[in-house]
Amino acid sequence: MRARVLIRPKAGILDPQGVAVERALPALGFAGASNVHVGRLVELDVEDPGQLEAMCQKLLANPLIEDYEIVLADAGIASSGRGPSLREHRTANA
Amino acid sequence: MKLGVVTFPGTCDDVDARLAAAKVADVAALWHGDADLQGVDGVIIPGGFSYGDYLRAGAIARFSPVMDEIIAFAHAGGPVLGICNGFQILCEAGLLPGALLPNTGLRFVCRQVDLVVASTSTPFTSTCTVGEHLSIPAKHTSGRFFGDVAPDQVVLRYAPGHNFNGSQDDIAGVSNAAGNVLGLMPHPEHAVDALTGGSTDGLKLFEGMARVLVG
Repeated sequence: MRARVLIRPKAGILDPQGVAVERALPALGFAGASNVHVGRLVELDVEDPGQLEAMCQKLLANPLIEDYEIVLADAGIASSGRGPSLREHRTANA
Repeated sequence: MKLGVVTFPGTCDDVDARLAAAKVADVAALWHGDADLQGVDGVIIPGGFSYGDYLRAGAIARFSPVMDEIIAFAHAGGPVLGICNGFQILCEAGLLPGALLPNTGLRFVCRQVDLVVASTSTPFTSTCTVGEHLSIPAKHTSGRFFGDVAPDQVVLRYAPGHNFNGSQDDIAGVSNAAGNVLGLMPHPEHAVDALTGGSTDGLKLFEGMARVLVG
């Protein structure tokens, strides 16, 4: 099964990349963007999606400084070549 | 008495760390893929970019075969010194509290910094006095310390005006609760020769590590 893990800096921790992007947007004429954060995306095929939580805790994210979200793609739709639909959407705030 | 210096793929400060360690002890080169500490009395995890810093600095090195041995060695009270990437690895391994985030300026910075010794209750700082300044080079992109750390585990702080990476409470180095594991972002192994290191202050940490072992 195809899965996506979205990893972002924990709320409250200074995210200098997000700040830099937020400051760059108005300079290009894009007004009104705020609360910008830059994270990471890990895409993977997994045989047992039940392992994803442990994978995030042990390796994919550092729960001390990062929040993560596990998004499972619907296998049928993903294999048709279209974008994955959301079957499960969880946010961890470890 | 023998100190081991670990090399991971992407480590780049292992040679300097071995030269620094050789000033105070016999030295063994330890390889990341070997679950073998060669009977060393202390371990140094040097700086660099282990596994290309992929995912997060230190995240993948933490699962190397040699790290299982180092974790057991540290839990048994053996002295372990992590420098820069070595500090990041020790945090990822759970041997030290906290984590190292990207510098607030987002840039790689290489400069001489002044550190203030905050605790002398670790082997490494046992040759120092509290409040003493050490002049040591620092060079990193992700050195902003963040985490819950007991006050007595803060071993080194950046001197006023020297906290270039935005570390919480000016923290430059922390120990575990027992004091036998120390991690710091600046590079004491580069400050063991006045010709190239700006000072020889870094040598004190290696001397402290060796002195406690002999004692």
